[in-house]
Amino acid sequence: MSEQLRDPDALGEALASFIQRESGAASVRITGMRRLTGGASRETWSCDAAIDRGAVAEALPLILQRDTRGTLTSLPRALEFRLLRAAFDAGVPAPEPLFMGDDSLGAPFFLVRRIEGETLPRRLLRDDEYAGARAALTPQLGAILAAVHAIPLDGLADLPGPPPGAASAVASELDRYEAVFRGIAVEPHPAFELAFRWLRLHLPPAAGERRTLVHGDFRMGNVLFGPEGARALLDWELAHTGDPSEDLAWVSVRSWRFGGDCPVGGIGDRETVFAAYEAAGGAPVDRARVHFWEVFGNLRWGVICLGQARTYLDGRSNSVELASIGRRTAETEWELLNLIEAEG
Amino acid sequence: MHDRPTVDELLRAVEALLDEQLVPALEGARKYNARVASNVIKIARRELQHYERQADEEWRGLDIVLGAAARPAAPAALREAIRARNEELAQRIRDGDADAGDFRRLVLAHVRDTVHAKLEVANPGWLEG
Repeated sequence: MSEQLRDPDALGEALASFIQRESGAASVRITGMRRLTGGASRETWSCDAAIDRGAVAEALPLILQRDTRGTLTSLPRALEFRLLRAAFDAGVPAPEPLFMGDDSLGAPFFLVRRIEGETLPRRLLRDDEYAGARAALTPQLGAILAAVHAIPLDGLADLPGPPPGAASAVASELDRYEAVFRGIAVEPHPAFELAFRWLRLHLPPAAGERRTLVHGDFRMGNVLFGPEGARALLDWELAHTGDPSEDLAWVSVRSWRFGGDCPVGGIGDRETVFAAYEAAGGAPVDRARVHFWEVFGNLRWGVICLGQARTYLDGRSNSVELASIGRRTAETEWELLNLIEAEG
Repeated sequence: MHDRPTVDELLRAVEALLDEQLVPALEGARKYNARVASNVIKIARRELQHYERQADEEWRGLDIVLGAAARPAAPAALREAIRARNEELAQRIRDGDADAGDFRRLVLAHVRDTVHAKLEVANPGWLEG
């Protein structure tokens, strides 16, 4: 990526030219370009576009999402863009996709309409301003997830998912993560070996498995909220088809509690999510299956930590955040031991 | 021998620079990354403090699980030998040896001790939850 496109002003100019070409506007002006925090593997920028169409002037609040080098598991940008369109059209609270990018910013990108709000879980957990959101969010999570799992898969056949003919999405997802783990781990991890073994021995039956769109990263940090509650579900880059119980469990993985006491994002309990999911039209929740996925979820986050550290270790990034995430692996190992020892 | 400051004393100065000057002065992604950098320095300092004891304890734990072996004296050789023995332990778990019984209990206790040691360095607060 060329150096100039890291500079906010240069990036804004390139983006203005892109939008002008795409929209056929007389002129486009970009203001307020700033890099948002978070996002270890991808860049997120916020800006405002003033689009002059001659008779009509349009003000568009924008979020620019752009790849950085080398991510292991993310969707191609164009596919993520189509998925956002499908989610938005289905009435899921997802950001509205506006422009699919080209090669003018040095890396794949797209633009969505910015929704104002907060994503930081620690603010949700601690700030007085969000007391109402803390009360409202847990059932909203269940309702949002029911809508996600009802998104039609037409036109999304290229989403990652179980291989054709796979008897069980769970087993093939476990195979996939084990292969990723074997490919990236540079040190032996006996705790992960114990967890993989436990999961193999406790696989839920293939009969009764549902197959839907799975968001793949449904957790605090990816839910935009305001003082009143949830506003949008973000970060669809890990979406795939599979067992929807995966999403119901991922939100309770310990790393997404951010120091809060309650299992769901630190603020709520699992049964509240399940009840709201069922009330909003989601299929009856299989608790044992969700528990399996919670163990798997902790392992999956551990493997992702290894992958992010590997990006640093291979010299594909100098990010101090990616480097430090390697040491978060032990957090997931600890939680896995707690979960599998409780089960025997 | 090297002059003072020691490695830990040098890192302490960098940690103070990050916490007292850079983090408060920065905004956005840079502020966040400076916080992460400060945490990385704290991890490094805790590892320096605990490394020898933890390597010793891990070796003795591996002796209990896998049977006693000759312990290399040189730090680099010890590190490599611990790694090789952890590969052996990982293989035995993959083979199903730790699915049940006495060996499972030994392995769970040992792995819990080693993960506890990793968290003492990486994130001691996690052990309280």
